[in-house]
Amino acid sequence: MKKKPEDYSHIKGWGIDADPENEPTYPIKKYTGDDHKRLSYAKPPQQPSKVEILHSNERPGLTSVFGTSSPPSGLSGLIRRHAFTYSEGNWGHWLSLILADRINVWEGIASDLMHGYIPNIFAERGWNAELKYNRKGAIQKVVTGVLVATVAAGLLYRLTRKKKKTHWL
Amino acid sequence: MIAMNFRGPFRVRADRNKPDPVIEHPEDAIVRVTRSCICGSDLHLYHGLVPDTRVGTTFGHEFTGEVVEVGSSVKNLKVGDHVLVPFNIACGVCPFCKQELYGNCHESNPEATAVGGIFGYSHTAGGFDGGQAEYVRVPFADVGPMVIPPDLDLDDAVLLTDVVPTGYQAAEMGGIKEGDTVVVFGAGPVGIMAAKCAWLFGAGRVIIIDQLDYRLEFAQRFAQCEAYNFRSLSDPVLFLKKTTDYFGADVCIDAVGCEAAGSTLQTITGRKTLLQAGSATALHWAINSVKKGGIVSIVGVYGPTGNLIPIGNVVNKGITIRANQASVKRLLPKLIEHIRAGRLNPKEIITHRVPLEEVSDAYHIFSRKLDNCIKTILIPPSARA
Repeated sequence: MKKKPEDYSHIKGWGIDADPENEPTYPIKKYTGDDHKRLSYAKPPQQPSKVEILHSNERPGLTSVFGTSSPPSGLSGLIRRHAFTYSEGNWGHWLSLILADRINVWEGIASDLMHGYIPNIFAERGWNAELKYNRKGAIQKVVTGVLVATVAAGLLYRLTRKKKKTHWL
Repeated sequence: MIAMNFRGPFRVRADRNKPDPVIEHPEDAIVRVTRSCICGSDLHLYHGLVPDTRVGTTFGHEFTGEVVEVGSSVKNLKVGDHVLVPFNIACGVCPFCKQELYGNCHESNPEATAVGGIFGYSHTAGGFDGGQAEYVRVPFADVGPMVIPPDLDLDDAVLLTDVVPTGYQAAEMGGIKEGDTVVVFGAGPVGIMAAKCAWLFGAGRVIIIDQLDYRLEFAQRFAQCEAYNFRSLSDPVLFLKKTTDYFGADVCIDAVGCEAAGSTLQTITGRKTLLQAGSATALHWAINSVKKGGIVSIVGVYGPTGNLIPIGNVVNKGITIRANQASVKRLLPKLIEHIRAGRLNPKEIITHRVPLEEVSDAYHIFSRKLDNCIKTILIPPSARA
């Protein structure tokens, strides 16, 4: 709650932007009435579309400008196209996009390999920095990983062996 | 050119073969980047929490650079101008831009209607490549970019593209009145800046909450505020109620967004299994810690669909929630004046200056909060010559 007035002189500029008009019920925007003009404004020229651009089904067509980074492709592209048949507030839209993102990661690795590039996943994950600034943590992680993998492999081996034995008997 | 290249969650690299951007629209400019930052919002993408973040994308929505080419309709910029580029891509003529809601432009993002175009973000923000590169395409170049005044430090300038205006707008949306108690959740760069700016609106007490001691110490020093680690509090909401005479804070600012720690349930449903669009712990705490009739201001980034938020409490308590992406262009003149007068000193939050080629390590350091990292600036090779 409010405290009694104190000496704020040590804080440079204290209260300089205090605005009694800035009430919670007064939206911070310069009200011009333009909300209601809607489509009557002079739209900027249209950027030509040279690659596939997906657009929300909550609006007609494309915006005046758009980015052309990473157009949809492959299986993830198919899923993304499907996602855009749902509106933005629909779970089908977002969950499909998340699924597409995960598939896209594997497509990225495949694309790297197809172009003769072997991704250095250790470096891409920034593990050089982990070794530099958190060597102990990095070693702990590696040791834990190796231990878990060894135990899992051991258990798997024992299970398979047991199964084989039962089958043979 | 060299550019940051997203390869999937927790994997990025500096790609040397990214094609240079070209003019695609008469109102475009091409900018040679001199500074770009890694933002906390980039981490949401890096961690795989924001849908439609495609492999191959270049991040970076905070950058400055030199204009090297302009489209046929660009009038306000010329080749050679050194500009700071707000993270919002705004047309300047749609009904929302006319009201200075530049973060809500209707002509820069075909893929969603909730938000306008943003450089280097998920495709839900328009699919534009960002500034963590040597060159970047800047649409609507006459609207967003601002020629950097000669007396403005380049490090201050790059922080004016997002972090300073977002922190400032967080405080502004809080409708802070003289003597108000303001609680900021999150001591990242934006939270620290929000705490600092709260004083400019006449706050009487500013409290910041985080889980990392080094960030809290930094915030305490930089923003002259009280700082508490929620890991050392059994219940942050109860603590905040007690310290505000059991009434609650006048204003609560959520500067965390979808990656908040502190609740196992939220972490499992929001961050690990993505059953909701990120963890809403900070928002819970903000809504529950504010007084009745208080104001919650949200600038933390959330994923674009359902979250398990206590909306019942919002209704019962008559809380006003104000939230938006910062309207950078609207705030720039005022913020530059504050920097000139020494009221704000943004460049003090920069702790790391990294060559663009080492972008993988830079992301990892920021993501894992290594080496006391607060804010990282990436410098492309062409800007180091």
